[in-house]
Amino acid sequence: MKRIDMEFDLVVIGGGTGGPMAAVKAKEKNPKLRVLLIDKANVKRSGAISMGMDGLNNAVIPGHATPEQYVKEITIANDGIVDQEAVMAYAANSFDMINELDRWGVKFEKDETGDYAVRKVHHLGSYVLPMPEGHHMKKILYRQLKKARVEVTNRVVVTRVLTGASGEVVAVMGFDCRTADVYVIKTRAAVISTGAAGRIGLPASGYLMGTYENPTNCGDGHAMAYHAGADLANLECFQINPLIKDYNGPACAYVTGPFGGFTANSKGERFIECDYWSGQMMMEFHNELEGGNGPVFLKLDHLAEETIQEIETILHTNERPSRGRFHEKRGNDYRSQMVEMHISEIGFCSGHSASGIHVNALGETSVAGLYAAGDCASVPHNYMLGAFVYGRLCGENAAAYCAEHGQGAVDAGDVAAEEARILAPLGRTDGLTPFQIEYKTRRLVNDYLQPPKITRKYEIALRRFDEIREDAEAMFAGNPHELMRAMEAHSILDCAEMAARASMFRTESRWGLYHYYVDHPERDDDNWFCHSLLSKGADGAMQMRKKAVEPYIVAIDDEERSAYQRLRVARSAEAA
Amino acid sequence: MTIAATPTQVPVNVDNDKCIAEKGCTVCVDVCPLDVLAIDMLTKKAFMKFDECWYCLPCETDCPTGAVSVSIPYLLR
Repeated sequence: MKRIDMEFDLVVIGGGTGGPMAAVKAKEKNPKLRVLLIDKANVKRSGAISMGMDGLNNAVIPGHATPEQYVKEITIANDGIVDQEAVMAYAANSFDMINELDRWGVKFEKDETGDYAVRKVHHLGSYVLPMPEGHHMKKILYRQLKKARVEVTNRVVVTRVLTGASGEVVAVMGFDCRTADVYVIKTRAAVISTGAAGRIGLPASGYLMGTYENPTNCGDGHAMAYHAGADLANLECFQINPLIKDYNGPACAYVTGPFGGFTANSKGERFIECDYWSGQMMMEFHNELEGGNGPVFLKLDHLAEETIQEIETILHTNERPSRGRFHEKRGNDYRSQMVEMHISEIGFCSGHSASGIHVNALGETSVAGLYAAGDCASVPHNYMLGAFVYGRLCGENAAAYCAEHGQGAVDAGDVAAEEARILAPLGRTDGLTPFQIEYKTRRLVNDYLQPPKITRKYEIALRRFDEIREDAEAMFAGNPHELMRAMEAHSILDCAEMAARASMFRTESRWGLYHYYVDHPERDDDNWFCHSLLSKGADGAMQMRKKAVEPYIVAIDDEERSAYQRLRVARSAEAA
Repeated sequence: MTIAATPTQVPVNVDNDKCIAEKGCTVCVDVCPLDVLAIDMLTKKAFMKFDECWYCLPCETDCPTGAVSVSIPYLLR
């Protein structure tokens, strides 16, 4: 084990989607900037889009949608709790980003005139643009990284962002997951783009890495932002997704919906008007699943052979390509039977919900020099294209920040403390394994934190998490790989506690199933039409506070406001 | 020492006749997001060292000789 010291102007942590974009855009803004892209996997195949993506879920394309319409749609889908300026910063830059990706060689679906072939999936507007050959996405990003001469370091797990005398970013620290060499990287600014916290809950299968999110995305970024003093927003707005039972792939809304597929109950009936993922949609899904009409299925068996072939081609080559062999093993053919669906484990993911490291319309967190982009940041319903747009904003704004700020002093005591924390599990010859700590934390998350949320259960969870925290002090790692899992277990534990504290703070129910709080079943706009912010208090404990919703820049009328509350198919139509 | 080794059938299978790791190839090891593949020092072939698979398939897709095959882990099959 060596100690490796480096110095850069900007370090981008996480090389999946938003990270490469941030690094490229920072270099384009200032080619002299020393930019490092660091990943605990390999940038060539890391992150949520490791095997590509089948489409853009939130494309704002002139002629199909306007930025104002999009801001309205997301405001309504997220029950009004949005920073509209931040959503607008995405929407207004969405089309430029699509054109840039098109120039880079991403193949979007186009009609016979060469225009983008946009599809309608959302409740109100049309924003879905298929990418039938989206499996090349990571290769295209990698080519741009080389072209922009971004330096890349793979297999280094970043554990902390260190701050200086005035709370600004001065360094990041981490270790190599194959050698346990400790990295101390001085830097003036950092972008966190570590994806969702997708390894907090346990998949129903019990297989630890069978998560919806890429399991590398375990909440490292959320934990390092928290420990650096940053605010995290609306963490009680969990991500919960409708998935194929036992398989971690989604299927319905964005891909099969435009072809005529839909979510059905056990009678084969449609029960939700719109399959776009929202808390209200998940609440209806949950009610149907638990009610007499469950379980819930994906229905495609009414579609024509060529349509099913097209769906199979998209679903079995992009994003989750092992889906085909999963169905095959079960003897499940889209042509002859409906596919059983279920609810995913909980997580934090702004891509689909709204929880994450708080950022404004510039991608800035509450810590000077620290930026966040993609699923780990707080801009709601941002998806892959939002990660690209905010990657760009963070890269450009971090480059501008570096032009005005020098390198702050790094406290040697902070470095020594973090080095000791990282290496501790390797120094022990006995103790609990990272697997045991992680499994127990995630099992308790399922037992106690999964909605419906109940105060008494949450209190028990917090007590049990405290016990695991004590146990985790005696974690043992036999090699650098296990050390990676040990440090991840700490992040998972931090995120589990954050999920509990944020949920107990908001004493109302909102966002459908995402924050269905049984003790406070009604939405309470008088007291809770606000963001919740979690941060590290002076005593080192988690503290919560309210933040007023920023003044709207796009007005919402009363009829639109409740559009997502009316998702259940009216039964009177069926009777007729 | 009170640590047990619990055996498990892993989802990633490497065909040793096709694997060319002894010639210096480490593609599957390099691309795995979870870093669970390794080269066996004795056989000089790639193998799955840790049962922590996301069945995401870069190892299988990027292998130059088609030596790697991934099945769905038994617990979710």
